[in-house]
Amino acid sequence: MKNEGEMANRPDNTAFTQQRLPAWQPVLSAGIVIPGFVLIGLAFIGIGVALFVTSQKIQVLETDYTGAEQGSPCYDCRDTSVPCVCRVNFSLSKLFEGPVFFYYGLSNYFQNYRQYGSSRDDDQLSGYTSAFTSPSETCAPYQYNSQKKPIVPCGSVANSMFNDSFKLYHVVNGQPRPVPLDGKGIAWWTDYNIKYRNPTVNGTLASAFADTVKPINWPRPAYDLDTTDPSNNGFQNQDFIVWMRRAALPNFRKLYRRITEGDYANGLPAGNYTLEITYNYPVLAFDGRKKVVFSNVSWMGGKNQFLGIAYLVIGSLCIVMSVVMLIVYAKYKFPEDEL
Amino acid sequence: MLRWIRQQLGFDPPHQSETRTVYIANRFPQRGHYIPQRFADNRIISSKYTIWNFVPKNLFEQFRRIANFYFLIIFLVQLMIDTPTSPVTSGLPLFFVITVTAIKQGYEDWLRHKADNEVNGAPVFVVRSGSLVQTRSKNIRVGDIVRVAKDETFPADLVLLSSDREEGTCHITTASLDGETNLKTHYAVPETATCQSVSRLETLQAVVECQQPEADLYRFVGRMTIKQHGEEIVRPLGPENLLLRGARLKNTKEIFGVAVYTGMESKMALNYKCKSQKRSAVEKSMNTFLIIYLGILLSEAVLSTILKYAWQAENKWDEPFYNEKTEQERNSSQILKFISDFLAFLVLYNFIIPISLYVTVEMQKFLGSFFIGWDLDLYHEETNQKAQVNTSDLNEELGQVEYVFTDKTGTLTENEMQFRECSINGTKYQEINGKLFPEGLTDDSPDGSAPGLGKEGELFLKAVSLCHTVQISYDQTDGPGDPFSHTNGLSSQMEYYASSPDEKALVEATKRMGVTFMGSKGEYMEIKICGKFEKYKLLHVLEFDADRRRMSVILRTPSGEKVLFTKGAESAILPYTKSGEIEKTRVHVDEFALKGLRTLVVAYRPFSEEEYKEVDRRIHEARTALQNREARLAEVFNFVEKDLVLLGATGVEDKLQDKVQDTIEALRLAGIKVWVLTGDKHETAVSVSLSCGHFHRTMNILELVQKKTDQECAEQLRRLCRRITEDHVIQHGLVVDGASLSLALRGHEKLFMEVCKNCSAVLCCRMAPLQKAKVVRLLKTSPEKPITLAIGDGANDVSMIQEAHVGIGIMGKEGRQAVRNSDYAIARFRFLAKLLLVHGHFYYIRIATLVQYFFYKNVCFITPQFLYQFFCLFSQQTLYDSVYLTLYNICFTSLPILVYSLFEQLVHPHILQSKPVLYRDISKNSMLSFKTFLYWTVLGFCHAFVFFFGSYILMGEDTSLMGNGQMFGNWTFGTLVFTVMVITVTLKLALETHFWTWMNHFVTWGSIAFYFIFSLFYGGIIWPFLHTQDMYFVFVQLLSSGSTWFAIIIIITTCLFPDVIKKVVYRHLQPTSTQKSQMEEDTVSVRSEYDIAESRNREEDNWQLLAASPRPAHHVTLPSPSLLSPTGASDAWTRCAASRRGRAAAHGWVSWWSE
Repeated sequence: MKNEGEMANRPDNTAFTQQRLPAWQPVLSAGIVIPGFVLIGLAFIGIGVALFVTSQKIQVLETDYTGAEQGSPCYDCRDTSVPCVCRVNFSLSKLFEGPVFFYYGLSNYFQNYRQYGSSRDDDQLSGYTSAFTSPSETCAPYQYNSQKKPIVPCGSVANSMFNDSFKLYHVVNGQPRPVPLDGKGIAWWTDYNIKYRNPTVNGTLASAFADTVKPINWPRPAYDLDTTDPSNNGFQNQDFIVWMRRAALPNFRKLYRRITEGDYANGLPAGNYTLEITYNYPVLAFDGRKKVVFSNVSWMGGKNQFLGIAYLVIGSLCIVMSVVMLIVYAKYKFPEDEL
Repeated sequence: MLRWIRQQLGFDPPHQSETRTVYIANRFPQRGHYIPQRFADNRIISSKYTIWNFVPKNLFEQFRRIANFYFLIIFLVQLMIDTPTSPVTSGLPLFFVITVTAIKQGYEDWLRHKADNEVNGAPVFVVRSGSLVQTRSKNIRVGDIVRVAKDETFPADLVLLSSDREEGTCHITTASLDGETNLKTHYAVPETATCQSVSRLETLQAVVECQQPEADLYRFVGRMTIKQHGEEIVRPLGPENLLLRGARLKNTKEIFGVAVYTGMESKMALNYKCKSQKRSAVEKSMNTFLIIYLGILLSEAVLSTILKYAWQAENKWDEPFYNEKTEQERNSSQILKFISDFLAFLVLYNFIIPISLYVTVEMQKFLGSFFIGWDLDLYHEETNQKAQVNTSDLNEELGQVEYVFTDKTGTLTENEMQFRECSINGTKYQEINGKLFPEGLTDDSPDGSAPGLGKEGELFLKAVSLCHTVQISYDQTDGPGDPFSHTNGLSSQMEYYASSPDEKALVEATKRMGVTFMGSKGEYMEIKICGKFEKYKLLHVLEFDADRRRMSVILRTPSGEKVLFTKGAESAILPYTKSGEIEKTRVHVDEFALKGLRTLVVAYRPFSEEEYKEVDRRIHEARTALQNREARLAEVFNFVEKDLVLLGATGVEDKLQDKVQDTIEALRLAGIKVWVLTGDKHETAVSVSLSCGHFHRTMNILELVQKKTDQECAEQLRRLCRRITEDHVIQHGLVVDGASLSLALRGHEKLFMEVCKNCSAVLCCRMAPLQKAKVVRLLKTSPEKPITLAIGDGANDVSMIQEAHVGIGIMGKEGRQAVRNSDYAIARFRFLAKLLLVHGHFYYIRIATLVQYFFYKNVCFITPQFLYQFFCLFSQQTLYDSVYLTLYNICFTSLPILVYSLFEQLVHPHILQSKPVLYRDISKNSMLSFKTFLYWTVLGFCHAFVFFFGSYILMGEDTSLMGNGQMFGNWTFGTLVFTVMVITVTLKLALETHFWTWMNHFVTWGSIAFYFIFSLFYGGIIWPFLHTQDMYFVFVQLLSSGSTWFAIIIIITTCLFPDVIKKVVYRHLQPTSTQKSQMEEDTVSVRSEYDIAESRNREEDNWQLLAASPRPAHHVTLPSPSLLSPTGASDAWTRCAASRRGRAAAHGWVSWWSE
């Protein structure tokens, strides 16, 4: 063997330097892909059926109450300059299984507009009082009011908070009987408990808002949003938080209430119902629509046929393609002795 | 000062005058108004940066790159106007890219600094103020007297003042400058030659005037004015007085010289040409693709802007009550708004240009190139040299070569002349173990002495050992080289230097056979025959010249006879012989030539006293003639070299390198055309060409040689053209010589190209170095624009190495010039096969996929953002959070592709090498054709549509996706798209990956895992320093929904499903040969990885495989009509039998050919 010096330049003979690391070298051949496709196809069809059936079981009741057409219940309330109440009646022919979720929906409403979306101040919402006196620039034109007083919560998103309110009555024996609506747990737990924080100055919420003004469109300041439940006020207000989570697309729903209490915990029994709407929110100016939706949910959420159908389609495509490939393979299998 | 600055910046030519005046030892004239000239110091600077200018200069250079500049502009736009993303999103990746590149370039420059410092800091001895002072090389100034000892290199261009020899001569080799290994004698001016000591030099008063520095190594004009005893003596100086920096002192104990050109002005430094940047074909297509993408980006931005304004024309969309504008927004001018909107869209979509593409490509090249140096198959054990990568920019070009231009001597051959056979007096002898044996006889004769050489034999050996211009260097450490000090065991330390390697081989051969040339001193040459010394007086040397093609010496033998020995080409000697075995020798010479040996014929002529007197007189007359000296000398030489007695002939082999034939054959199978360019003469070149398999015996050899006029040349070309079109069955080989070539290139380029393209082998002989480059350029610029590779070992190949797309240097005997100027350097020609077929293939497929994939993944990335604009009133709302925007390219998707591009192997290296045909699969940049580019781009768009609309439909039914009925917002939507995208894009690469090492597994699954972990972490904390908390718990909420999981699975499957089908169908319907061999590898599984690791003798395996592979070319030309006669029975049997017989016949043919 030669000595060290003479072999000094000799490269190392390792698997790495010689580019022969042990490696798995899969070849996508028909032999692997066809059975694979069959298996995947079958699995997908199975999943698809399950998803589809689950989705079919979900009940949904949707009612538009914009009042754009003449004769619709809320036609008279179109002009939102004055407070107006309208009623929408509907009836259920069978039990609407609980828990029932009560959504309001808006369409043609662009919560995802960039300037709109950035028009908020997360520091305020996290309860930093320093941000109360000088709201973020992005909040303009809702940064300061005409008297140069800071607006809290500032910005377009907060200012445009949805302010229609609903009451649901079950008509029993001709008498309207209020259905209890649960306003808890409609916002994300983390939002309500961690992300949105109320400031406390001198022990009260209201004093923290001193020297600030409410958003221009709001009837009451933030610390007084929920008159029925003092703990649901300030930024830690479920409705407010729901609104502040911007929708991705121009047609969207937001969760309004859950029906989980009392006689209605198991759902809405068959019968007639009246929905009393306090109509405040203007949408007609931009061809918007407003609706309410009652829905129950499964483990996979609300009614969503897309997933089931998609799985069925792709699953069957897999099966079809594996058959096609089998034919191709049998016919054109390239002879190996040619090599 | 101002002028100095201007000089440094290169505005002013640094030298105003035509000449420079150098005062030896810087003893400036005492009187008069002398302004010292400024000269460069002796520092060699090859580095680009200093510590101070690194940051600005490097930044400047980096931002000259169009892509970097583009991102800088985007970054500035983001800083200036209200854009959807924060400047950080493009600033951070840009910073990352710039930093990585800067680190790489800084490291490279640091290496250069280190090398420079080594050179500049080398210790030298300089005469300063009367004594010898040791200093550093960089401190040498023009005018300094430098002492150089034996075997040292000269630290600057010196004018020789004196050496330890009285006559003031010294020997040097210029191997590292021009590759010539022979000793050259340089002279000192007689007046200074006496100054052999420091004290004598002190008294020397002399001035050198010479021309300003220029690059030509062989030109030097100057004069020295020496003041001696009050009078001025002027002596002319020429190149023989100049010792060039980089040359090495040999055979001389020490010399003194005065530095005239120093540092960057020395001839060596001036010859360091700034290597022009070579760019690979891949990089060119990459730039084209970038421009296309820039087009896509601009049109998307323009479209979005226009649509935005179309939409906003209606007030109810422009400013609904919930989204009122500020006063400022309402009042700003339309045009300004339009421009800023356009720029905002540009920023929003800017990631479609893959920012990290360049840096990834650079890292891939830089890291990937290590594999070449690491390859054991490219390591040459005998010389302890491994392959060397000088530029990593061209790795992938190795996979695209269409023409190989190779030098012959030293590249195809070892450049190691070996005496093989000789013919003495009509008998052929072979050398075996240092003894001559008559042909047919082997060395079984017991006594081991050369049998029956006889008197002619001895004379022959004497002639060979005396008739040459070889010099001797004694490797001894003490005392001046005295060739006649026989005492100290000289034979082992003696080394011959010759300008012609043939002479050296011959002298060495006679030494082995017992006739040793001991050297010459003054007029005497001494040889040792069987232990006893004989002195011959050298009377005349009749030098070699190209017209006579022979050289002679006239000697006086110890016994007093005068005799002429001559040797030369057979055609130059045989006609002048009058006796000896002329016919037999002629036959033998032809046989030698057929074997590829270089032949010389040896003859002698004894003179009678009278004859000699006549000869002596005439030679003397001619030599001293003042007019027409050349012609008269030629005449005299012809008069002297006649009536010769033929002694015999020698056959010297320039040994072919190992496996040259296999390599050339492999290259040819790979679709590469091989051209041999050589300075050798026609016959030798052809015979070597034949023996190395460049020409086949069956080839129709076309010749374009010795065309003196334009007319002739054109005519011959036209004739050749006709011949090619007439018989197109046979392969053609073309032989061109330098003179005809220059004619052909001057006037008939098209015609010449036409002929060349139809020839499968071209041999150009008698080529000047520049002509080599010209041929390369001609091919390079021909309409097809083929990728060329030049390979050579000598300084004469440098121009062609620099000209070709890829230049490869062979680390041979002729110095390092070629290696230094090459892009890659290997030790042997045979390594070229692995370099191209395996490494080239790997690098090409790696980088091709890398580039395509980058574009693909950025299309996937940005198109959903573009689509989202249609649903948010073109308000430039981003779909993804800005942290995701920033990290997508530098974290989530960067590593898998980098690892892929370092380790991917489509086919096992053994198979690549044994099946050169696979190389054709990737030729012509096929993996980066417009079609594949379109495929990847369209695929990217399709995938983006599926991600976006899949998510859109899922969420667009605006139902809750969670079991608790709560709703998602826009960030959840974007995160869903992003999650699907990261997984799909990573899996797409996984589908492309064929070679899964543990690292691929690690980065592929690791990237996906990292994305999840990062997102959980990023969304799990309220980040105190961020202004928005948009992403808080978004990711967790997303994953807590069962529907989302099902959606992710189905969307990914939908994306990849067609791709899998496409791959399978193509593989089975139109398999490429690469895919076929993958299948074969899979089914046959030649050998497991571990077997290979164990097999120590790897090279042999490779070559056995190569040799065993069938040669399709031979199958094609099989004359097989007789084999195809169906003889009843079943069809199948006939076919089978026919093919079997055909194959057998083919083997027969192969073996016949190889004989």
